[in-house]
Order: sequence, then structure tokens, then C-alpha cells
Amino acid sequence: MNHISMDAVRAAEERAWSTPLADLAPADPQLFKDDAHWAYFERLRKEDPIHFTRDSEFGPYWSITKYKDIMAVDTNHKVFSSLSTLGGISIRDQRADFPLPMFIAMDPPVHDAQRKVVSPIVAPGNLAILEQTIRERAETILDGLPRGETFDWVDRVSIELTTQMLATLFDFPFHDRRKLTRWSDVATTIAGPGGLVETEEQRQAELRECAGYFMGLWNQRVNAPPTTDLISMLAHGESTRNMTPQEFLGNLILLIVGGNDTTRNSLTGSLYAFSKFPQEYQKLRANPALLDSAIPEIIRWQTPLAHMRRTAVADIEIGGKHIKAGDKVIMWYVSGNRDEEVIENPNALIVDRARPRQHLSFGFGVHRCVGNRSRGTPRCR
Amino acid sequence: MPKVTFIEHNGTAHTVEAANGDSLMRAAVDNNVPGIDGDCGGECACATCHVYVEAAWWDKVGGRTETEETMLSFAAATKDNSRLCCQITMSDALDGIVVHTPDGQH
Ligand code: HEM
Ligand code: FES
Repeated sequence: MNHISMDAVRAAEERAWSTPLADLAPADPQLFKDDAHWAYFERLRKEDPIHFTRDSEFGPYWSITKYKDIMAVDTNHKVFSSLSTLGGISIRDQRADFPLPMFIAMDPPVHDAQRKVVSPIVAPGNLAILEQTIRERAETILDGLPRGETFDWVDRVSIELTTQMLATLFDFPFHDRRKLTRWSDVATTIAGPGGLVETEEQRQAELRECAGYFMGLWNQRVNAPPTTDLISMLAHGESTRNMTPQEFLGNLILLIVGGNDTTRNSLTGSLYAFSKFPQEYQKLRANPALLDSAIPEIIRWQTPLAHMRRTAVADIEIGGKHIKAGDKVIMWYVSGNRDEEVIENPNALIVDRARPRQHLSFGFGVHRCVGNRSRGTPRCR
Repeated sequence: MPKVTFIEHNGTAHTVEAANGDSLMRAAVDNNVPGIDGDCGGECACATCHVYVEAAWWDKVGGRTETEETMLSFAAATKDNSRLCCQITMSDALDGIVVHTPDGQH
């Protein structure tokens, strides 16, 4: 378990303000583990909002830290590419050896065509059909929690609820549901000693197992009458039934990974947020209608995806800085969501905030989250 | 000031004033008209300000840009008269315009 040490936080805060600006490198995993990254971004927003780090374990990269600049990068897909072959969408360059086509890591026009095919599948109407089942399953999970004793919320609630939601969406064999969690964790992890998987070979092997399992489900559904789960919809849908196995798997894994750690993080984040702002929890208890604003507020405050990455494909000047073609550009949503210039009192969780949906957590522009549109329980809105 | 009427999916009408030069999205959000979210603040980057423009006004509101076309193509329940209303700028010529909001923006 990872406990936040106040000493580590204070030491990091001190370093955040004393390190020479040119050496400031916010993309340090340890900073995030210690919850000590906030001061780094506060300084960058004040002193160097578009900041270049010359050298790091991820190579050189630009940090975009202000809300408006992030919006400018996110909406300029002609200059800022998501293409997997250029490195993709994470600060760590995408590996080329498990090349499943996913539209999140494509640029228009291919991206647009693929997204249009898949997005009706997660449209509100389709998810509403599954909402009742998901609600009941959520109630069972919550009713089954121990009382008056310590337990692991992440495992019992955040992971379990997310996994049950995904299993319901895909009508995935329920007893095997933790495989979904495992595969999406493995899909996004970095192999290494002591890690989730020890070697890259192990990672590849598990992902092949995942691919095999889903091909089995596809075959089963394509040969059965259409039902309301996402796999059956993909297998029978006018525009999706002719997808190649590669495309099918790519899109499926995108939906699983997209819905997995984001939802898990925000479920955990909600509990953490309320523990830090108990008066806001009381406000919500007293007036459950505030859920409509509390949910987006938690998603802003916690920011389930701290960053998204782009690669510049042309030279461009932004905020007086010259970004060159080929440069790695990190949009720090976690920083933009605390930008005092756009969001009043941004460090506070305020469940009845006036414009709670004004946040960067879903991205903006052509890649804006498709899960964000889901109005059923499996949502992040 | 020119006026704009938003009609909700359930038929409830909201008539509000909109300053010339402001977008319809701004007018809706500033007046708490339900059914328009405007998450991106009018950057044509979220498609949560989707409306259907009444036929009488269609020719007056101008055309869609390429970006608007793309964002709309990802939105749910679009029709021929769909627009992102952050891209419609209020003017005297649009005084009295009527638009309908969809079932939901997500
Ligand atoms: C709190 C929950 C969630 C958060 C914070 C979140 C965040 C994001 C962000 C930031 C992006 C943009 C990526 C980029 O610009 O490179 C994105 C895209 C995407 N998300 Fe989510 N997401 C959430 C839930 C979900 C769920 C539940 C699903 C599945 C149903 C999902 C599926 C997707 C897909 C398929 C994309 C790719 C869209 C594209 O490239 O056009 N997300 N999400
Ligand atoms: S307000 Fe975002 S597209 Fe109109």
C-alpha cells in the first residue's frame, strides 16, 4: 500500500520552488505517488506555463500547464498528433510490438471514421438498457460491505464496481470478470521486476490470452441472435460487423481500458475527496440532487487521467515558446484543472460549484471521451 | 436586446435575451436554460451545446464550419437541422429565433 508521507510532500514542495526552473521536471512518477506534484504545477503555471524539460526518463518533453493553452493544443489536432507511430498518447512512447488499431491513437480522417462506427454503441439509449442491471449490482456491492471494520475500498468497491460494470456492458462471463481488470491493467502497465508483469514477454502472452478470449466471445455472439451487450452490437452492427479481428480487438480493448482505471480512479477519488472535505459530503447528504454537479466536480478535482500526450508534426509558437515538429507535448490536465485563472478556488472541492462541467478531465476536440456521453450508471459525467 | 427561445425536449419553452455578438450557447448558459451544457465554453470542442434550428431560421444562422461538422458527427441524435449553438452569433437579424434542445447532450 502506498501511504502519503507528509515529509515527502513537504520536501518535494520545497524542491518545487527551489530547483532552477530549467531543471524542473514534473513527469516524475515518484512525485505523483507522494501526491507532491501540485507545487510543481503551481510554480509552472505562475512562472513558466509552457515549460521544456530537456532530459528525463521519457526523453525531452514540453509541459502545457494552463487551462487555455491545454485547450489550444487539444483542439489543434492538425499540429498536435495522437498517432501511435509517432509515440501515441502517453508520455512514455507507445511500443510498436503489439499494434492493435485504436482510434484514440489515430488522427483524422481515419480516427473520425472509426469513432463514428463505435460511438453509437456507447450511446445513451444503448446504455440505458443496461442501467437497471448495473444499479442492482452496485447496490449489492455496497450492501455487502463490512460495517465497523477496516476494509480496502479500492478492491471492494472501486475495482469491483468498475469490473462488474464492464462485465455487464460486454455480457462477459461474470465469474471471469476479474480477467477484465487484469487485462486492462496489463495493457497499460510497464513490464519490469516487481511490477504487475515481470517481463514484456509475459505482458504479450497475457494480451494474447485476452485476444483469444474475446475472439471466442465474438464468434459465439455473431452466431447467436442479436442482444443488447456491446460485443453482440459490434458483431451484428451494420457498420461494425465487417471489422477485421484486429480492428474488433483494438476497439474492444480501447473500451475496456478507457473505462477501467478512469472509473476506478474517480470512485476512489470521490471517497478521498469527501474525507478531505467532510462539509461538502454533508451538503450532498442533505441534498442528493447535488449529485449532478458533485460528480463532474469530483472528476475535475481528482482528474482521473493526469495527462495526455501529443507529438507536434509542424513547428508552432505558443505562449512565446517555439515548439518544433517532432517534439513531445504533454497536456497536464491535472494542472489545468487547478488553474485559478479559469476555475475559482480550484483546490477546493465544492459540490455545488456554479459551472462544474468546465474542466479538462475528458479532453476536448475530436478525441473527447466517448464514455462521457454515457448517461447510464457506467458513466463519468 | 434580441431574444432567443429554447424549447426543451419536453416542450418547455425558455425565452431569454442575448446581446448582439454573444453566442446562443452563452445566452443559454448565462440564463440557466436547461439542456445546454457548453462544457468547452464555446470552443467548438465538446458538442454539448447541440440544438435543432427551426426551419424558418435555418438560412439565417449561416453554415457549419469543418470543425463544427466533425464535432457534430460524433454527437448523438443529430438531424439535418442540427447545430452547435456556440457557433451561432446573435444579431438583430436573429431576433426571435427558435431552437430546440435534444433529449440530452451526452
Ligand atoms: C471518469 C471517467 C473517464 C475519464 C476521466 C476519461 C477520460 C478520457 C480522456 C481524457 C480522453 C481523451 C484522450 C485523448 O484526447 O487523447 C478519453 C477518450 C476516450 N475514452 Fe474516456 N474517460 C472516462 C471514462 C470512459 C469510459 C467509461 C469509457 C468506455 C465506455 C471511455 C472510453 C473512451 C474512448 C473510447 C476514448 C477515445 C476517444 C477518441 O479518441 O476519439 N472513457 N477519455
Ligand atoms: S460549447 Fe462546446 S461545442 Fe459548443
